[in-house]
Amino acid sequence: MKIDTSYSSVMSRKNEILKASTGIDYQQFEISPLAFDYEGLMNSGGYSLSDVQKIQLQTGVGNTPLVELKNVTELVRSISAPGKGARIFVKDEQTCPSGSFKDRRASLSVYHAVRLGYKGVVAATSGNYGAAVASQAAKYGLKAIILQEVYDSRKVGQPEILEKTRACEAYGAEVWQLTVGPELFYAMLLVLEETGFFSASLYVPTGVLGIETLGYELAQQVKEQEGRFPDVVVVAHAGGGNVTGTARGLQKAGSHNIVVVGASVDLRGLHMASDYDFNRKSFTTAHSGFGIPFLTWPDRTDVPRNPARALRYLTRYVLVSQGEVFYVTELLAKLEGMERGPAGNTSLAAAVPLAQELDREQILVIQETEYTAAGKLPSSQLTFAEENGVEVRRGNPRENIPGKVIVIPEQVEQMQVEEVSLAKIRESYLKNAIETVKGYKPTNKDILFLAEDSRSSVEFVQKTLNSLAAAKTEAQT
Amino acid sequence: MERTSLKQYTKSARKGDFVQIHKVILAPEERPLDLPAATKAVPYEGWIKGNLLDNKAEIGDTVRIETFIGRELSGTLVEINPVYDHNFGKPRPELLSIGKEARIVLEKQKKA
Repeated sequence: MKIDTSYSSVMSRKNEILKASTGIDYQQFEISPLAFDYEGLMNSGGYSLSDVQKIQLQTGVGNTPLVELKNVTELVRSISAPGKGARIFVKDEQTCPSGSFKDRRASLSVYHAVRLGYKGVVAATSGNYGAAVASQAAKYGLKAIILQEVYDSRKVGQPEILEKTRACEAYGAEVWQLTVGPELFYAMLLVLEETGFFSASLYVPTGVLGIETLGYELAQQVKEQEGRFPDVVVVAHAGGGNVTGTARGLQKAGSHNIVVVGASVDLRGLHMASDYDFNRKSFTTAHSGFGIPFLTWPDRTDVPRNPARALRYLTRYVLVSQGEVFYVTELLAKLEGMERGPAGNTSLAAAVPLAQELDREQILVIQETEYTAAGKLPSSQLTFAEENGVEVRRGNPRENIPGKVIVIPEQVEQMQVEEVSLAKIRESYLKNAIETVKGYKPTNKDILFLAEDSRSSVEFVQKTLNSLAAAKTEAQT
Repeated sequence: MERTSLKQYTKSARKGDFVQIHKVILAPEERPLDLPAATKAVPYEGWIKGNLLDNKAEIGDTVRIETFIGRELSGTLVEINPVYDHNFGKPRPELLSIGKEARIVLEKQKKA
């Protein structure tokens, strides 16, 4: 019998396909229509931190150098108030086998797939994660299929993603280069059903757990070198895995007072599912188009419950502009001799203004770098931007308009972060949560879950839910 | 400009040649309703590479390929020996002087 592959039919089989392809019965972690057992899901694979370290060591993942950016620090101090300008360090994750911290995620998921007896792995990702899965699959002798959103309807590809296609194919993966659309998920389900492979989604528990070693190593390295834990860790934020895993690792190292700052490139106003907007952005990850929606509703993903829940761990969330990231990418190459890709440099762009708030003896760590290559360089992205009608100039980066103007700063003093109100994000999260369970009355257990899940308090949740209900009644009358 | 000289313009492929195929995965009317208009107006498409399984084929033919992992797929033949043509971009005057400017600031800082 031929299986119905229409959009609606495949989507209706979503839960059974995901259960078969992850080996996880997500249902068993559900506590109520609202709440689920977060730690239970996270630990469902049964891996301790030291298990993960051992597994990653087997394929050369992790143990990346911590590098002090002395010249960038001096440059920041030249514009800081007296006594200000923290020391800036970076965790050089590009030394992982496929060139980014994504190897940490892939290494544990591919290991897990082997353990469960799958013959291959599938991931839907346009980022470094595809290369990481393909690289790990090569090491373990598994087959890899990577699905990427690459082209608009003119078959014009985002150069950074075209480079990821090349990398995945270099590691021997079958790559599906797809056009713009949320049907990426549909295509992934189709391929999973057809092959019976493991879903190495970024959001299976192993995909998030694998990052804990990064936070753990970072805290340990700073402690060993400097005799204390860092004060601030800046994490490039998109889907939430990077923030979640890193922060959990920091906590497991015993450092509970570190300020964890998420940083994304500001692409507000560009629609992520728009065929037109797609090639008017110069960043394909660590941007607000993922960062904000994933904070306000983490379960909008390709698994029933997303263990990447950044709102649980963020102390602060800031946005930087595209031009500012290009500017610091140049600084890192020219002042520190490190030519690196855009994702880690998003954190560096935020670090420049953030370090000015801190005292000289304080320590700020940028938690990743990534490899760079053709397609990923600022020169490739700016050339592409201009070809797609985006204006590029130097000036005040506050004049940046996503999709229209990229403004490269003229001076380091012009760099700023834009604060995103986490209180507002929490309200949106609660609104989304309540909307998914229309008619259901949250219990005390649910309120406690929502407070934990939004890093707020029972009082905040109750107050917000009350005012949401009042607004709804008002709208109905 | 694009180094189009890397592209091969042969129109026919033989068994075993490295090729790219194209598939329409969903026609516009098969796509979900909640998409931006510009996206909903066009089909959902995909491109995959592999080695040609048919004995001979021309661009535009429906063909079968074997992918890098040994799976058999079919689609329309669109390119023979497909090239990676993403590149380093053009030199950008907006970027070229940033390093030098920062060095000047650092030198001043050292003297102060």
